[in-house]
Amino acid sequence: MRRLGVRLGPAVRIDEPCEGRQSADVAKTAHRLLSGVMNYSDASIGVSTTAPFLSLEGVRKTYPGVVALDGFSMEVRPGEVIGLVGENGAGKSTLMKILGGVTTPDTGTITVDGVAHDRLTVEASIGSGIAFVHQELNLFENLDVAANIFFGREPLRAGPFRLVDRARLRALSAPLLKRVGANFSADTPVSTLSLAQQQMVEIAKALSIEARLVILDEPTSSLPLAETDKLLDVIKALKAEGISVIFISHRLHEVERVADRVVVLRDGMLAGTLPKNAINHDQMVKLMIGRMLKEREKAAESARPPGTVALSAKAVRTTAYPDRPVDLGVRHGEILGLAGLVGSGRTELARVLFGIDKSLGGALQLDGKDLVLGSAADAVANGIFLVPEDRKLTGILLDLSIAQNISLPNLPAHARRSLVSASAEAVTAEKQKRNLGIKAPSVATRTGTLSGGNQQKVVLAKWLAMNPRVMILDEPTRGIDIGAKAEIYGLMRALADAGVAVLMISSDMEEVIGVSDRIAVMHEGQISGILDKEQFSQENVLLLAVGKQPK
Amino acid sequence: MSKKDLGLLILILVVGAVVAIINPRFLLPINLANTSNLIGLFGILAIGQAFVIITGGIELSVGSVVALLGVLFVDFIATRGMAWPVALPLILVLGGIIGLAHGWLITRLKLQPFVVTLCGLLIYRGVARFYTADGTAGFAFGQNFPELEFLTAGRSYGVPNSFIALIVIAIVMWVVLHRSVFGRYLYAIGKNEEAAKYSGIRTGRVVMAAYVICGVLTALSAIYFAMYTRSISPASHGQFYELYAIAAAVLGGFSLRGGEGSLIGVILGTVLLQELQNLVNLLGIPSSLNFAVMGGVILIGVLVDQQWGVYRERRLMLEATRKGTAGAAAE
Repeated sequence: MRRLGVRLGPAVRIDEPCEGRQSADVAKTAHRLLSGVMNYSDASIGVSTTAPFLSLEGVRKTYPGVVALDGFSMEVRPGEVIGLVGENGAGKSTLMKILGGVTTPDTGTITVDGVAHDRLTVEASIGSGIAFVHQELNLFENLDVAANIFFGREPLRAGPFRLVDRARLRALSAPLLKRVGANFSADTPVSTLSLAQQQMVEIAKALSIEARLVILDEPTSSLPLAETDKLLDVIKALKAEGISVIFISHRLHEVERVADRVVVLRDGMLAGTLPKNAINHDQMVKLMIGRMLKEREKAAESARPPGTVALSAKAVRTTAYPDRPVDLGVRHGEILGLAGLVGSGRTELARVLFGIDKSLGGALQLDGKDLVLGSAADAVANGIFLVPEDRKLTGILLDLSIAQNISLPNLPAHARRSLVSASAEAVTAEKQKRNLGIKAPSVATRTGTLSGGNQQKVVLAKWLAMNPRVMILDEPTRGIDIGAKAEIYGLMRALADAGVAVLMISSDMEEVIGVSDRIAVMHEGQISGILDKEQFSQENVLLLAVGKQPK
Repeated sequence: MSKKDLGLLILILVVGAVVAIINPRFLLPINLANTSNLIGLFGILAIGQAFVIITGGIELSVGSVVALLGVLFVDFIATRGMAWPVALPLILVLGGIIGLAHGWLITRLKLQPFVVTLCGLLIYRGVARFYTADGTAGFAFGQNFPELEFLTAGRSYGVPNSFIALIVIAIVMWVVLHRSVFGRYLYAIGKNEEAAKYSGIRTGRVVMAAYVICGVLTALSAIYFAMYTRSISPASHGQFYELYAIAAAVLGGFSLRGGEGSLIGVILGTVLLQELQNLVNLLGIPSSLNFAVMGGVILIGVLVDQQWGVYRERRLMLEATRKGTAGAAAE
């Protein structure tokens, strides 16, 4: 399943099309949802602006080594639409998990409908009418639609065996599916549904528990732009019915349009609350990121003009879009940003350039010479390095120490007669630890215990310890705290200034514009355009990302 | 020596002491020599297995390979008149080829190690039985190979040479596993093969090499077993030996998920297994209970190890939470 979406700035998220039919489906869903909700929510009309439906008091949640949420308080009144914004890692997900009863807060009270709880259980959360529609759909793909909608609440047959009454299950699901405008039946396996259809199942699930608070977690990030409006209309209608909504989105202008109040999270704390008349894009950004912008501007200045083309792909075809050849060249001394929607084939291109995947056609050239990559080892031997998207799965070995991770790609150089020299490893690692400012007790520390930013620095360190000619970074700052982000931008710039060709894949629009010297934009497997510095704008990147011409 | 290994060593000594007290014959030189001979034979096998397990793989065919290569070795030198200094390396090469074939199927054709080696288990057993027409391969009366017999079944200063061979191999393999570049690659691949690949390691070759090492060591132990039993009936020779090897590795702290375990651990695991076998004999426990005793002890050992791990993790978590904050909030 492909998720479509490009991050616009630190918090603005704009997405574009999948297929027209899906979009129409979702729009229909939205309207059905609306009418469906009207059917049973009459009771709550007229209670708005009285007692809050939900309130949180001083909620704190820690994970080992991390405070995910600290002293957080908020309240949601009936019929109120709360926009909840914050950067990745700000604590939104933790908050959602607490509201869903999946995780227990360390301290704090959650009051639902006047009843105070120390914690919510999943049952209590559902029972009090809190419904979730998640960005990443939480469906069991191996089960059918009806089983998903009533998961954990299956109607049972009489008798001691707790057998599921399948006929009734289907009978109960059918009207819900009708209300969301589904064009599939209750016994369809979820694995055969499209993304938009799966979203319908999620919404039907929310309907089935007679929701009083609907929490939409990035609901629009997988919707085409045109359909977003309709979803926003649904939110407004929910509100009119006295149902509360928490709307989580990176698309700030949508939040601006629909929210009665905006709650901003930063580093696990309440950064601020904006009343309706104070909601605007700049205020939200300021609360969310603070000093961020300046750091990025600094990283953007290039010390030298770009050199010759280092690595180029000529009519390369990847598994993402096997029928679409890609041409792209990255030059020495530049940071080339590679933007595009999620699923546009950027990661697949990076994997081919690094030799992990075999190119299905076309050719690669390094400094004008043909290059054949049979494996990542070949790429590494040629000085082409990749900082992969999934740090924990592919970037580093969490169980190895910092020093062992750093020396891994160049281990023979840290060995005498093929016996590893721990002291040589330590020397290299110490140097990198100092240069990159890796915060850890020692280079013998297990990388699994480090924070995301420091782990990413270890990934960078292992390549910087060798001699990069081409450095490919796939979402290098995803899930990394703000301070470390700025440092990583600085490192990328330093690499480029040293003559390295830097290719940075990023879905963070502000990062792409702030850090790159040129921006190449991918659309459905092909480079739809390359922007030079003077053409940089979010609008232009977006237009190219959806396959249109820039202004 | 890690704490895990130390714990295992203490367990071995305690069990040994208990057995010695109940039945002092445990400490007779003849008993010790016999046991250490078996430790040598099974130890070589287990080291090979350990190299595969560390990559996250498994080699189920070793018992059948012991039978097949044993049959071939005896046949080569006893009936075909091949000089043993020729036959011995030839058998090692054959073992290497079997390992290479397994490694190739696993890394290039992406078959699961369990499946590949399970098929090997069946195939080699069948071939061995076919080769001798289900007869027993053995030496004719009066056939002697003094040098070979000395090296395999002989003793130096009362110590079985098979045990000495194990010590030598263990030292070499310890260096390979714990000090060499290759050994580091093995651990890295066992921990996270994808990340190793993304670090530019040719993971396929490394894994294949592990299977080759296993094949060669299995071949060597096949020769030792052949010279120890001196007659091989291919239908039963070496049966369940793969399980002895895997059990030794697991007892020695190896994780079947890969990336964990030490060479000392697998040796100690072998020692403990043989000690238990010996215990069954010496304490007059019906030998039919042999496997049950082993299974029980392994289960208890793994359980204790697991619970200890859970306990330690919980303690670490508590400490980390107490130390508190710093770093990004987890989403």
